[in-house]
Amino acid sequence: MGADGSPVAEPIAPSAAASTVPAGVAATRPLWLLAELTYRCPLQCTYCSNPLGYAGIQDELTTVEWVRVLREARALGAAQLGFSGGEPLARPDLVELVAEARRLGYFTNLITSAVGLDAARLDALEAAGLDSVQISFQAADAQLNDRIGGARTFARKLEAARLVKARGLPLTLCIVIHKANIHQVRAILDLTVELGADYVELATTQYYGWAKLNRAQLLPTRDEVRAAEAVAHEYQERFRGKMRIFYVVPDYHEERPKACMNGWGNVFLTIAPDGAALPCHAARDLPGLDFPNVRERDVAWIWRDSPAFNRFRGYEWMQAPCRTCPERFKDFGGCRCQAYLLTGDAAAADPVCALSPRHQVVLDAVAEAAAAPAGDPHYRNPANSRRFA
Amino acid sequence: MPAPAGPLAIARPFRFQWEPAQDCHVLLFPEGMVTLNDSAGRILALCDGSRDAAGIIAELLQQFPGADLAGGVREFLEVAHGRGWIAGG
Repeated sequence: MGADGSPVAEPIAPSAAASTVPAGVAATRPLWLLAELTYRCPLQCTYCSNPLGYAGIQDELTTVEWVRVLREARALGAAQLGFSGGEPLARPDLVELVAEARRLGYFTNLITSAVGLDAARLDALEAAGLDSVQISFQAADAQLNDRIGGARTFARKLEAARLVKARGLPLTLCIVIHKANIHQVRAILDLTVELGADYVELATTQYYGWAKLNRAQLLPTRDEVRAAEAVAHEYQERFRGKMRIFYVVPDYHEERPKACMNGWGNVFLTIAPDGAALPCHAARDLPGLDFPNVRERDVAWIWRDSPAFNRFRGYEWMQAPCRTCPERFKDFGGCRCQAYLLTGDAAAADPVCALSPRHQVVLDAVAEAAAAPAGDPHYRNPANSRRFA
Repeated sequence: MPAPAGPLAIARPFRFQWEPAQDCHVLLFPEGMVTLNDSAGRILALCDGSRDAAGIIAELLQQFPGADLAGGVREFLEVAHGRGWIAGG
């Protein structure tokens, strides 16, 4: 979900003194608003979560339109706001939008590649009330980082992370993990320690969009995943209370699906650069769903009444084996995008689940990636977008 | 972890605020939220940098005269401190 396509590890964490997020449809609120301000990005990450055809979507919402979206979502109860993209710093009105968001009471998170985050821009964002900064890294050293991102950014990322810490702003570092950098997990975590990160997201690649296109080059083996996991757990223990490390479970190597988005239309609302409203930033390519646009409808109608947001809400839409599975209340049948990409049916059980009749496709993908020669991945850039969309 | 001595305040990166849509107080932090029940909200609302633990208890006793709340409030402040929600002045 980051500028470079990373997912968010722990969306909303209700806890302790707390009641949990209500599951009833009538009570749902878009607590987490992801504002994808633009698909423009100086990086070319091969696992980007933006749609393959992003280059054809250029009609970005105006500042005035975004302000209306922020107000309408806030009135519905949205509290966490991620400014993402593409690279959100590519929008000249970012400071203005942060100021408005802060005034409305949002907790504002900038999710960035750090390209464009110099001292002057950061000063302006901080003055506007920015609450936290999440910076992506592609690897632990310049050579690999810059090769994976398809741009020379490592030095800028280091500099930006230090600027954020120097101002006392909370710093999250997000690293999408895949075959090309999974051997570096220890070095990556050492780097996050050195930079003084408050939160770290080790975001296992999710195979949608560009990552699905490049899956054979990205998907690690089971042994590589288990080794990385062990290192992540070691650091979680070592830095308990100092740095919070989220490790996103690699679902292709699991027996049960992730509780994707905490349920469709339950807590997440993504607004794409052109105003398309999505229950998940990867949902845009699902067929047969007419995603509403904030240019035509207000956010309250979109959230509560639109057919697209109601399509997979609750449990009635489920097929066997999910329909009667006791775990449906925990995992919501997994991910709709993954079900569609791997079975052709968005209402099927997520085939990551060992109970899915189509689970073999996931096992085959893992075996295929392990056996695949290391061909060249397709970088996320306008030329490839026009070619593969 | 005992609550620190001296005035108590909400600690970075947490932000404490009232959420009208949820009809409760919450603590917001990077990409997360803690939904607070009524007691937790009332106690944290007093952690504004002007009172220590005893001052918070005294203030709550003004609101609820005669209530047996001191032990519970101290216990909650310890938990809140342990989770990094509050810090001493």
